[in-house]
Amino acid sequence: MEFIQTLLANQLIVSILLSTLPLIFINVMVLVVLYTEMKVAAHIQDRVAYMRTGWHGVLQPIADMLKLLQKEDIIPTKADKLLFRMAPFIAFIGTYVVYAVLPFSSIYIGSNINLGAFFLVAAGSFVVIGILMAGWASNNKWSLFGGIRSAAQMISYEIPTALAIVIVVMITGSLNLQDVTKFQDGGIGNWIIFGGPLPWAQKLMLMPFTLITFLILFVASIAEVNRTPFDLPEAESELVQGYNTEYSGMRFAMFYLSEYANLFTVSAVVVSLFLGGWSSPFNSFMSGPLWGIFWFVTKAYTFVLIQIWLRWTLPRLRVDQLMFVSWKVLTPWLFVCILAVGLILVI
Amino acid sequence: MSSIGIYFYNIFHSLYTVVIGMKITIRHLFTRSATVQYPTIKKKIPERARNRLFVNIDDCIGCNLCSIACPVDCILIKTIKSTPDMDLGMTSKNTRKRLYISCFDIDIAKCCYCGLCVWPCPTECIFMTDVYEFADFNRQSFIYSFSIMTAEEITAAQRRLKKYNDEQTAKKLLP
Amino acid sequence: MIDPTMPPPPTLPTNYTAKPGHLKTSTGKTIRTEEMIINMGPQHPSTHGVLRLEIVVDGEIIVDCIPHIGYMHRCFEKHCEQMTNYQKVIAYADRMDYCSAMTNEWAFALAAEKLLKIEVPERVEYIRVIMAELQRIASHLIAVGTYGIDSGAYTPFLYAFIDREKILDLFEITCGARLLYNYIWIGGLSHDLPPNFIEQAKDFIKYFRLRIKMLNDLLTYNEIFVKRTAKVGVLPKDVAINYAVSGPQLRGSGVNWDLRRDDPYSIYHKLDWQPQIGKGEMGIVGDCWDRHIVRMREMEQSLNIIEQALAALPEGNVKAAIPKRIRPEKDAEIYVRTEASRGELGYYIISDGTASPFRVKARGPAFVNLSVLPEITRGGLIADLVLTAGSIDIVLSEVDR
Repeated sequence: MEFIQTLLANQLIVSILLSTLPLIFINVMVLVVLYTEMKVAAHIQDRVAYMRTGWHGVLQPIADMLKLLQKEDIIPTKADKLLFRMAPFIAFIGTYVVYAVLPFSSIYIGSNINLGAFFLVAAGSFVVIGILMAGWASNNKWSLFGGIRSAAQMISYEIPTALAIVIVVMITGSLNLQDVTKFQDGGIGNWIIFGGPLPWAQKLMLMPFTLITFLILFVASIAEVNRTPFDLPEAESELVQGYNTEYSGMRFAMFYLSEYANLFTVSAVVVSLFLGGWSSPFNSFMSGPLWGIFWFVTKAYTFVLIQIWLRWTLPRLRVDQLMFVSWKVLTPWLFVCILAVGLILVI
Repeated sequence: MSSIGIYFYNIFHSLYTVVIGMKITIRHLFTRSATVQYPTIKKKIPERARNRLFVNIDDCIGCNLCSIACPVDCILIKTIKSTPDMDLGMTSKNTRKRLYISCFDIDIAKCCYCGLCVWPCPTECIFMTDVYEFADFNRQSFIYSFSIMTAEEITAAQRRLKKYNDEQTAKKLLP
Repeated sequence: MIDPTMPPPPTLPTNYTAKPGHLKTSTGKTIRTEEMIINMGPQHPSTHGVLRLEIVVDGEIIVDCIPHIGYMHRCFEKHCEQMTNYQKVIAYADRMDYCSAMTNEWAFALAAEKLLKIEVPERVEYIRVIMAELQRIASHLIAVGTYGIDSGAYTPFLYAFIDREKILDLFEITCGARLLYNYIWIGGLSHDLPPNFIEQAKDFIKYFRLRIKMLNDLLTYNEIFVKRTAKVGVLPKDVAINYAVSGPQLRGSGVNWDLRRDDPYSIYHKLDWQPQIGKGEMGIVGDCWDRHIVRMREMEQSLNIIEQALAALPEGNVKAAIPKRIRPEKDAEIYVRTEASRGELGYYIISDGTASPFRVKARGPAFVNLSVLPEITRGGLIADLVLTAGSIDIVLSEVDR
């Protein structure tokens, strides 16, 4: 980042450049994730998908994008026009802004603030407002159901997310995601999921608790982004498309984009907190600033694949069962983990 | 079991069943898919398959049994009696044909592909083929006309029949 | 012609105002609440056809649910009166419940055979049983697959359909059609079994036993699915009997009643099989999970029946007893009931001595099973309504005929 600054010597242009890089990355990555999801879903279900456009359908996501771009923009007559128009963009902003604090590599992070993890949770809750607005402004009882369920779900799953991040912060001592990743640098043994770069005795005692925290963070993040098994707000069998029902064309594309970008965000957060971010699992072999991007994207992509795998296996949970899982299963176990990790770190 | 025991059992049982489900789906991820890439590859049709109807009009004796047997009335047959001096030929089952088939229309869009018309045919001239790709854009193109008589032949046969009938009535009126 | 003496169908009155309520908040203020009237309209991804459910909800809790049907009425019974031959009605009868066509044809053929006092050869009985049980498996596969989709698991549906393809292949080599067969005729069958049928059927039986186990592991015993369906949509025994439900829904409520054993027809009494009853293993007797597991276990029992029937298949001519002219005596009437995939399918035929029936009434099991829906969804959540309606396993063409 510093060399770009010295090159251009103008703070404004530099920040604009650095902030459009994640946007380009999101656009490219969403195409890849879309294609992967459809193909993986198809092969899990013993069928093939997308064979016609391009070789085995690689051009299909581009075709989808072009189709969504040129669709007619329909706004229901009685819809609340201002909220209806704003909702998709607010949902996307909530997703995009989180990319500012993700450490893609040792030399690139959008904004190296000391409150990285806190900013993640705070700005990520923008999406709730967007979905609520979409559900209400559509003037459709089914969308309203979807919006309200989604608001309840996302708010209650922010607690386990935040608590899990607290545990990582306790071990590393910093909220800055770049520092957390540097803390885990040096090979697979130093990853926080295996206890972090601490002496052997502490590591062995920490390992079960960090493993549980990692699982809980993963589950809570899937619930945050409304993926099956937690996708009741957009449950296709009941609510047609939930809060998405009345949207078409580019507005629907914004929601769609934000859902798939969220997939990656969630995986990226889990990876940088627990699995060493951009650091290579072998100590210094295949490590370096550019290798960092490779490792980061690969590890996050693995978790995207796991999320896709989960989606096509499990049925969905009902709203009250969702709440039960969040408040009565995830949060108590996290409190126990915080207590345990705190004790182990002190002694 | 105490309620705290049920709580822990539920958590571990849920995780266990989720993992079993995931094992099944990942196994299917690597098996060959069941899709047949139509229209590049077409599956073989068994020999008894009931698809589009076909009428071998040379064998038809105009008995109307298929039209009577059809549940949806999609077969329309109009015949003209032939006079004794005309020889229409023999069917493949070596019976003499005695009727001109002036109209044999099957509305294949109405047809319900039940196969009831195939059984009563004495010469087996109507049968179901294995053609199933006959979608079209025009509603009129679904009325298949199997008759091969041209309009002149039909009027000629009708005139012949009328002449023969007039001669027969004239013969009856003579003392 | 609308009969003025019949009571009108239940609907919400036109001036129905949603009941207001009051919610006391923790600060002592009172918020005015109101019930919401929602349409789960004729077009909906999960109502299994064109069914309109008018739901009155208080938040997410259902206060009342009124099904509106008739969107798929095709005047089946009127058409039967126009048919100039009883054999032609078979082609219409299997379009009544297209997911389970063989059982429809068999019920009508049984009714007509009883009316005409025809006795069919032994071989015909055995083949009819094999076909009906194969059809029962195919129909239950649709029910199980679409139930998975309703609950959010999209994969078991496709696995179920791969198995269904094999059954439809078996049907295709026998009679030429995959969905609407016109195979079981009055007095016999339209084709005899082809030479490779028994081999293919035995392969299918061996293959399918493993697939049932896989479907159970993937869907039925999955804890999330169990949590969604256990203790939901409970149909108590007495309510079920009072509403005249039948089939897997009745057996799921713990009633040990199966027409194949209790009102026997054909050769079912010679084969060794057990009707499956819901025992409330995962919750209450008569919940959605019970109905689901009854269907899964019935598929296994059908496999047993097919195996035994294939082993004991006698020789004979399947067309020996098909009558040349079907002309029942004047003013004869008969009602015959059979165990179709969805329940008790009955045909009531009145003949007036001519070649067309005077009146054919079909008692569709899905129609009667659907009538219990308002009873069992009251007090539940909307998410439960979807699963309950799915567990009744309705096919709208049978409800509306």
